[in-house]
Amino acid sequence: MNLTLHVWRQAGPNDKGRFEKYEARDISEHASFLEMLDILNEELVEKGQEPIAFEHDCREGICGSCGMVINGVPHSKQKAITSCQLHMRSFKDGDEIWIEPFRATAFPVLKDLVVDRSAFDRIIQKGGYVSVRTGNAVDANATPIPKTDADAAFDAATCIGCGACVAACPNASAMLFTSAKVSHLGLLPQGQPERYKRVEAMVAQMDQEGFGSCTNHGACQNACPKSISIEYIARMNRDLMKAKLLGSKDD
Amino acid sequence: MRGVLALYQSTIGKKVVMAVTGLMLVGFILGHMAGNLKIYQGAEKYDAYAAGLRELGKPLLGHYQAIWLARLGLLAAVGLHIWSALSLTSASRKARGTGYKKFDDVSMSYASRTMRWGGVILLAFIVYHLLHLTVGTVHREFEYGAVYQNVVLAFQRWPVSVVYIVANLALAMHLYHGIWSMTQTLSLTNNTILRVRRPLAAGIALVVLAGNISIPLSVMLGVISL
Ligand code: HEM
Ligand code: FES
Repeated sequence: MNLTLHVWRQAGPNDKGRFEKYEARDISEHASFLEMLDILNEELVEKGQEPIAFEHDCREGICGSCGMVINGVPHSKQKAITSCQLHMRSFKDGDEIWIEPFRATAFPVLKDLVVDRSAFDRIIQKGGYVSVRTGNAVDANATPIPKTDADAAFDAATCIGCGACVAACPNASAMLFTSAKVSHLGLLPQGQPERYKRVEAMVAQMDQEGFGSCTNHGACQNACPKSISIEYIARMNRDLMKAKLLGSKDD
Repeated sequence: MRGVLALYQSTIGKKVVMAVTGLMLVGFILGHMAGNLKIYQGAEKYDAYAAGLRELGKPLLGHYQAIWLARLGLLAAVGLHIWSALSLTSASRKARGTGYKKFDDVSMSYASRTMRWGGVILLAFIVYHLLHLTVGTVHREFEYGAVYQNVVLAFQRWPVSVVYIVANLALAMHLYHGIWSMTQTLSLTNNTILRVRRPLAAGIALVVLAGNISIPLSVMLGVISL
């Protein structure tokens, strides 16, 4: 199939950037979206032009590198996939596709579609570590965990930190990401030490990075490749209120 | 108190303040609507109800004292609600920075997308409404204490009725997303609430809408007259 692409091109962090129009020719419907960009890039290199920079690694939806906004939706309109899991068969011949980087002040564009998501790393770092001597690895079932808690913690832990939630949110809020990270520890017995200290520190860092404020649209959970629910946001709100208002401590 | 201030520092804290003040306002809106429905009992009962509000709390409190306490509470709630909304909105604008060329917002509800402008419409309406039926400066035939007559004469002019109906449509939208949003912000999310919060928000919004707009409609249709 043949496609018309409008791709955001930006030489570096200080470049103003602009959309460039490209024609992608003879793309197989079996190609993935990133492969389509690879094919286009080869052509650009042959013509002596700069290839389109985009981030990718695993190409199977588990690393969270490949973030881009495809026709106005992070990771495309398809539910519960990352950009690398998108196949060209979801487009048809002659389609026009707009490809933009994730937009947030806290995610500055480095080049073309590549943004700097270290803000997420700093939020995680603020979560710190649980300061207990762990000794040897314990038996997997030594601490009984109710099945519902284990499942809920696991669902939160499926967050791959891709940033689609921020990109989809009209407020560029990082509440879904932060709440998933807060909850996957907070729901487990092993995460109880420093639970409240953690939520306070992570939320403070989230605010400091300049993410916006949630208005409960739910755009984040729709864009999330792992379909993480905004119920975790409510959970994080509760933990923060307990920490600040009731002075809940855990050390 | 230190805890409240510490919480208010965070964006989540400002949302909590919006949710709590929003809840107070929802309580007021429901009470206000229920009271106004007394207009269907006729001029005498309605005017007596209005007069009674000014004497609330007797003999502990004097003439107009309770009502002024309530007004101060409402003013504080509206003020904090708007102050937080402004501060969060400006932070969110900055957080997006360069916008998208193409942005697909179909995954969001119309009500959630119009909270900010809807709020501005409500504020404008509240100012007009107070000048109209409380103070009377923008009401041509306003007569202090003749509440029934003031309402009926006002709504006999169709443009006034239209303003009230439009404002109440905006209010219903604001309540629909706001009440749902409040359960999320205040983390009122046990399994029962998760199940009922959508219909509950829609129900309250519809009840308020129906109760309030029934009054201008009744006047225009001649069901209520002098
Ligand atoms: C008059 C000016 C007003 C403005 C500018 C305003 C603005 C806003 C905004 C921007 C939100 C945030 C939406 C969200 O986070 O989901 C909100 C929420 C809310 N509003 Fe208003 N509003 C106003 C009046 C009112 C009134 C009159 C009521 C009640 C009758 C009300 C009830 C609520 C409630 C319950 C919420 C939910 C709070 C939350 O949990 O986030 N608002 N308002
Ligand atoms: S490249 Fe790893 S998730 Fe897409």
